[in-house]
Amino acid sequence: MDQLLLNPGFPVLSVLIFLPLAGALLLLFVKDEGMCRNVALLVTGTVAVISIMLLFGFDRSSAKFQFGEHYNWIDSLNINYTLGVDGISILLILMTTFIMPFCVLASWSYIKTRVQAFMICMLIMETAMIGVFAALDFVLFYVLWEAMLIPMYMLIAIWGGPRKIYASVKFFLYTLSGSILLLVGIIWLYTANNYSFYIPDMMWQDYSLNAQVYLFLAFFLAFAIKVPMFPFHTWLPAAHVEAPTAGSVILASILLKMGTYGFLRFALPITPDATIIMMPYVLWLSIAGIIYGGFTALAQSDMKKLIAYSSVGHMGFVTLGIFVLNMDGIEGAILQMVNHGITTGALFLCVGMIYERTHSRELKTASGVGKYMPVFVTFLAFFSLSSFGFPGTNSFVGEFLILAGAFEFDTNFGRFPYLALAAIPGAILAAAYMLRMLQKIVWGGTDNPDQSWISDLNIREIVTLAPFLFFVFWIGLGPQPFIDLMHTSVVQLLDQFQKHQAGALAAVDMILH
Amino acid sequence: MLFLPELSLLGAGLTLFLFSLGKPGSGTIKNLVLSLATVTLLASLFCINSEGTLFYASYKVDFFSQLFKVLIASATLIVLIFSDKLEGIREDIQPEYYLFLFMSVLGLMMLVSSVELLAIFISLELSSFAVYIMVPMRSPGKKAGSQAEAGIKYLLYGVIATSFMLFGMSYVFGLTGSTQLGEIADKLSRMYNQPAAVISVLLILAGFFYKLALFPLHFWVPDVYEGASNETTAFIAVVPKLAAVALLVRIVTLVTPDGNVMTKVLMVCAILSMFYGNLSALVQKDIKRLLGFSGISHAGFVLLGLLTFTITGFSTAMYYIIGYVFMNLACFLVICKVATNGNNVLIEDLTGLHKRAPLLAMTLTVGLFALAGIPPLVGFTGKFMLLVAALKEGYLILVTLAAINTGIAIYYYLSIVRVTFCTDDADRGTVTTDKIHSVLCFVLVLIIIIMGIFPSKFIDVTTRAVQILI
Repeated sequence: MDQLLLNPGFPVLSVLIFLPLAGALLLLFVKDEGMCRNVALLVTGTVAVISIMLLFGFDRSSAKFQFGEHYNWIDSLNINYTLGVDGISILLILMTTFIMPFCVLASWSYIKTRVQAFMICMLIMETAMIGVFAALDFVLFYVLWEAMLIPMYMLIAIWGGPRKIYASVKFFLYTLSGSILLLVGIIWLYTANNYSFYIPDMMWQDYSLNAQVYLFLAFFLAFAIKVPMFPFHTWLPAAHVEAPTAGSVILASILLKMGTYGFLRFALPITPDATIIMMPYVLWLSIAGIIYGGFTALAQSDMKKLIAYSSVGHMGFVTLGIFVLNMDGIEGAILQMVNHGITTGALFLCVGMIYERTHSRELKTASGVGKYMPVFVTFLAFFSLSSFGFPGTNSFVGEFLILAGAFEFDTNFGRFPYLALAAIPGAILAAAYMLRMLQKIVWGGTDNPDQSWISDLNIREIVTLAPFLFFVFWIGLGPQPFIDLMHTSVVQLLDQFQKHQAGALAAVDMILH
Repeated sequence: MLFLPELSLLGAGLTLFLFSLGKPGSGTIKNLVLSLATVTLLASLFCINSEGTLFYASYKVDFFSQLFKVLIASATLIVLIFSDKLEGIREDIQPEYYLFLFMSVLGLMMLVSSVELLAIFISLELSSFAVYIMVPMRSPGKKAGSQAEAGIKYLLYGVIATSFMLFGMSYVFGLTGSTQLGEIADKLSRMYNQPAAVISVLLILAGFFYKLALFPLHFWVPDVYEGASNETTAFIAVVPKLAAVALLVRIVTLVTPDGNVMTKVLMVCAILSMFYGNLSALVQKDIKRLLGFSGISHAGFVLLGLLTFTITGFSTAMYYIIGYVFMNLACFLVICKVATNGNNVLIEDLTGLHKRAPLLAMTLTVGLFALAGIPPLVGFTGKFMLLVAALKEGYLILVTLAAINTGIAIYYYLSIVRVTFCTDDADRGTVTTDKIHSVLCFVLVLIIIIMGIFPSKFIDVTTRAVQILI
């Protein structure tokens, strides 16, 4: 337990996790729709405010898990309720709590039917998502990871678009079947670790290479589907397109990060040797995802689909950064996880706002709205620029770090810059498809449909988008505070990784000589 | 005192017999039956801690058996509460129907206490024959004759399974010269690796495999589930399985496993049961058939705990079957309420249920997600602990295959949830629920959630029960 700094004072993580759940229970007794919206906004807002406490109490110079909480849960199996955050998870938790109130705001007038049930689903989602990032017990992690499927399924299946049933079932089946072998892996780790599910104890152990490879494959299947990496991405466009705006935002901004978070938290520390062996395949899959996502996005006429495919590309950058296994790459990857959450979340919000007006996601019906919605297209322009990594915006910093990491990528045979070179076209493609979309929406062509009846953004919508814009520029111009948060943890991760590698190499030497 | 729950059932049977002679109104019968079931439940709760033996040590009252009696009594009471209308059964034979139901429960209660081969056989037959008669008592609906077909199938397969069991018992008697389970265990442990011993125990198990609907003795399930009235199916799907697991535990503890044939045979049965049940359920349209097939796969999971031959495995299997009872009851409650005129319910009949009856839709969803094994519901916790118990013994492939099965199963459960929640249908009328049924819905949902999140207490109880046997 020496990895965990227990928090004797205010149990901030538990409060973050259980406050939304309490809100959901409260909503069961609220019949009035307007009241439901208010309660949900109040709860998510309070959670966001409380989560700022994490920022102030977090010791940036320690790589240990902080704000720790530990209670016995199921004694007979040694399952505990253990929470803690380190530099890797704190940003993701803060991002989750930050985005949720805006998801509620974005659903204010978008969701007209069964508002009460919708808000309950949203709040349960928030509980599960924060819990996944904070859990340090593998069973707790898995329970929340799976429990998330039910509210998310409901969000898509009830309030979704025309093909909602296909999309929701595909989402559910894909993610569930991916994580089944993860469960077997978890139980195997439990038996190999003196019957303990405590995650930090599982890290940096000397499992046999064979076991590591199988474990890595189990992890990979679960996390690669969630990311989603090419070729496991096919659920994503369907789910994104059919989900209501808030559902798309949650999916893109938070759910996808759980896959990459899983790689960082579990795959690298628990199966380091297998990571080295599998690294080339994962890297080339990332590259494939970047290029594939870019080309497919270029061909879309549906705005949501376009952004969904762009997510495949962006998440390809993130996995690329993680698996080059150096400081720049991993820091860039974590930062890019946050960036993608902000930028793509905002883009989905924008598309949702158009959809509320025209009831279509087609680029054609939306073309030329710039003339009547100047405020809207201003926001859209900034988020699009951010999406393809324009200097000065947040994604530029992230992608730059990742590409720098890829250029520094070392193999046993020396530097290998081709990886970075292969990823560059992805960045260009991103500019191509985002600018194409932007051009169509702002100006369109000579055959624009009549849109004079469209009204520009109202105050609520501006309030929803403005904070996202603020973060786009803050991270773009001054990313240091964000990198400071994660730096110590990343250093420690890489340190341990190298130590473990050295140990493994020494062991191999011993056998050979 | 030791025999109080059984006596109360016997009394209930006699009372119903008297009533069946006259022509009582259905309201009277309903109230009578509910109060009799409540009395039985109270009696079994009252005796939960009693201990002793009866009838020349062939009948053992201990915490293990008493716990099962409480469960059987409460499951019966729940079934009776939600099947109070008994729409599937002709009105003039309702007293007889209840009479047989109580006789069957009596047989099951005696079964969990029997520790002697003949006592086991007699109680098993008592419980089975009553159900054989209950199945064809359904009033002929759209598909005339299907209830008789179901009854005949149930009877024939049941008799075959029983004859296997008797054959096995004769072997055991030949090998050990005793019919007392205690003495048999003593003597069998010295010859556990002899083929005759293995075969005889397996043959005995066949009788309970049949009750639990485990591959390869599952044939009766789909047709009987479909042909019997909704209320009867709810009973068959739940109550006998409890007793079957109790006896399986008792008999499996007879043999000491050393990686012997026994374990391997059970493993094959478990895996085939899961795959057969889940794959067949994928294409079902009738919900009762679907739940029947899903029951086959769940039986495979229970076996997963038994074949570990450890206390953890047994207690987890018990926990799992208890959870299964409540999940299944939640689903059958909804089926019985949604059914019109006691007809079978197709998946499409649930269209728009979220609007027609929000509470039922919620109950059904919780029940199905629990059956599918989604956390934090009891189905997940049970499956998880079973997998842990099996992997502790090193059965990695078995565990992997079982885990894959949960992935297959999710599809058909989800397809019901999808119809319930994501479709609208103005033509179908609303379903009304009485107050008592609404309360029952809440109680079942709460049990499913609480057992799932806080399993420790329940596991302690089942462990305490199992420790008595070993």
